[in-house]
Amino acid sequence: MTLYLVDGAHRTTEGPNRPVLDVRDLTKVYGQGEATVHALRGVSLTVAAGDYVAIMGSSGSGKSTLMNILGCLDVPSAGTYRLDGVDVSRLDDARLALVRNRRIGFVFQSFNLIPRTSAVANVELPLAYAGVKPAERRRRALAALDMVGLAGRADHEPNQLSGGQQQRVAVARALVTEPALILADEPTGNLDSRSTEEVLAILDQLHTAGRTIVMITHETEVAARARRLVTLFDGRITTDVRQDGAR
Amino acid sequence: MSLLEILRFAGRGVAANKLRSALTMLGILIGVAAVILLVAVGNGSAQAVNRSIEALGTNTITVSSTARGGTTPSALTVDIARSLHDPALAPDVRAVSPVVSTTPTMTHAGTEHPVAQFLGTHPSYFGSSNSPLAAGAAFTDQDVAQGRRVVVLGRTVATELFADTDPVGQQVTVGGALFTVVGVLAEKSSASGFSDPNDLAVAPLTAVQQTITGYGPVNSILVEATGPDRVNAAQQQVTQILNQRLKLPAGTAATGRGGGGGGAGAAPYRIQNAAQLLATRTETAQTFTVLLGTVAGISLLVGGIGITNIMLVTVTERTREIGIRKALGAPRRTILTQFLAEATMLSVLGGGLGVAAALIGSRFTIVGVQPVIVPSSVALALGVSVAIGLFFGSVPASRAAGLRPIDALRYE
Repeated sequence: MTLYLVDGAHRTTEGPNRPVLDVRDLTKVYGQGEATVHALRGVSLTVAAGDYVAIMGSSGSGKSTLMNILGCLDVPSAGTYRLDGVDVSRLDDARLALVRNRRIGFVFQSFNLIPRTSAVANVELPLAYAGVKPAERRRRALAALDMVGLAGRADHEPNQLSGGQQQRVAVARALVTEPALILADEPTGNLDSRSTEEVLAILDQLHTAGRTIVMITHETEVAARARRLVTLFDGRITTDVRQDGAR
Repeated sequence: MSLLEILRFAGRGVAANKLRSALTMLGILIGVAAVILLVAVGNGSAQAVNRSIEALGTNTITVSSTARGGTTPSALTVDIARSLHDPALAPDVRAVSPVVSTTPTMTHAGTEHPVAQFLGTHPSYFGSSNSPLAAGAAFTDQDVAQGRRVVVLGRTVATELFADTDPVGQQVTVGGALFTVVGVLAEKSSASGFSDPNDLAVAPLTAVQQTITGYGPVNSILVEATGPDRVNAAQQQVTQILNQRLKLPAGTAATGRGGGGGGAGAAPYRIQNAAQLLATRTETAQTFTVLLGTVAGISLLVGGIGITNIMLVTVTERTREIGIRKALGAPRRTILTQFLAEATMLSVLGGGLGVAAALIGSRFTIVGVQPVIVPSSVALALGVSVAIGLFFGSVPASRAAGLRPIDALRYE
């Protein structure tokens, strides 16, 4: 268990070449018999620490399935998935929960904040499940909120915040545990252009700070912000190109 | 994650929907309060019955005639009553009072009152039946011997006929004869709601026979034993003498538990003692308590099902939230504990308020009974309500904990 407790900040100092994410021949099959659906037909992908990857694909291309597996919300049918050096593809429920808590920060399309709960309490939640003491938790949550520029809204509940602000709270929640990987599932899908710009600016900032980000999107202008663009089609990777990430 | 933390989450969950939580708690509150209060009412009425029977005197035996005819050889007569007071054959009998009873209408100065029990007896009746006088004096053996028309009134009769004036020394008319009131009985507590023990009048046996009933057999004989522990011995002696006098086979058993006694070929009389009466009444009261408790228990069960229902709705409604928590790394155990804690909180709060409501309710008289709280019923009701929270909450909680995070997140 102590293996999981390696501090996130410590990992980033090991250089950009160590893979955070190492996926080999991943397949995912839903259903049986005639109703069988091959969502992933052998995906191999390596993401180095500090990289900023956008995954694109039309609907049905398997990008959501890949996202769920990368986020340890689902397990692959075959293939291996090493996250930060640990093979997580065969872990049980309790261990997967631990991996999600310590190593992955989620940003969802629909924000997914807990309703009727203040912004700071939402950001504290993953720390609470990690067993961090309340005072330390509050300090780190406020620091994370400050980083996304919402320190002044810490006591607001989700329904008192705009969509862009809610998504920034969600980003703060994703980075508060200092995870090895930040997974963003269409983070700008529900936002207007101004809020989109705000959220993307924060992701850029995180990238500059050395965080590893994997983002799923179907908007080309959003994908253009990333350093690497992976395109999925019909459960397979079709293109994988480096780009300069210029605005 | 500490238990305290989980409890805080659960508390927030309960507080999030106040009306619903309040209504759910109300179900448990009513259930718990009903169990405690109804058992207390049953217990209270049982105690009231016991008290009134003890007030009647626990060392008396009542011999009552079961024969229909007037002067059949088996009828109880004053002679037989007299024969029971025999220091040789019945050493455990202290006093014997033959009793005739009728239900005549008593009038005074134009006011009428139908007396529930107009008894003709001997003065020893007052001592044996534990009926002290509040005013005036009882009649004497001399009054009985001379057939003097005097009467002692019960509290109800006295107030009915002589609203405010002192009845002692006044005259009342019973069955066309004038009786002089010589005393008033002290008020007796009501044994149950069935009859008023204060609605009676007591006069010398001879006077009542002379004016109303005629010189036939008596209705019953009240026998007082020398002490509460001699009641059974006295009862045996009385039975023996009666069997001899009435020329019954020696082995005839005439004792009846409660309303038993006297099947075909059995004795033409029935013997009851207060202890038997007490046992019968206590048994009845217990049945009553169990019945009330059961009905209340059912309402507690219904309250418990209400908790399951509300928790199922809550889990369904918060499926997304559960998904988010799981995605953020909440282990199965934490989710399970949170929802179990929510259900238990509802039931414990409801149960606690129910106990409070029952304690307040027990200060009032309910259908003429002063409830007496049974401490074990409080513990039982609270225990059951906690168990209900855990048991009925476990189904929705395990459902919530078992949800797969992706399914829960996709749920709309």
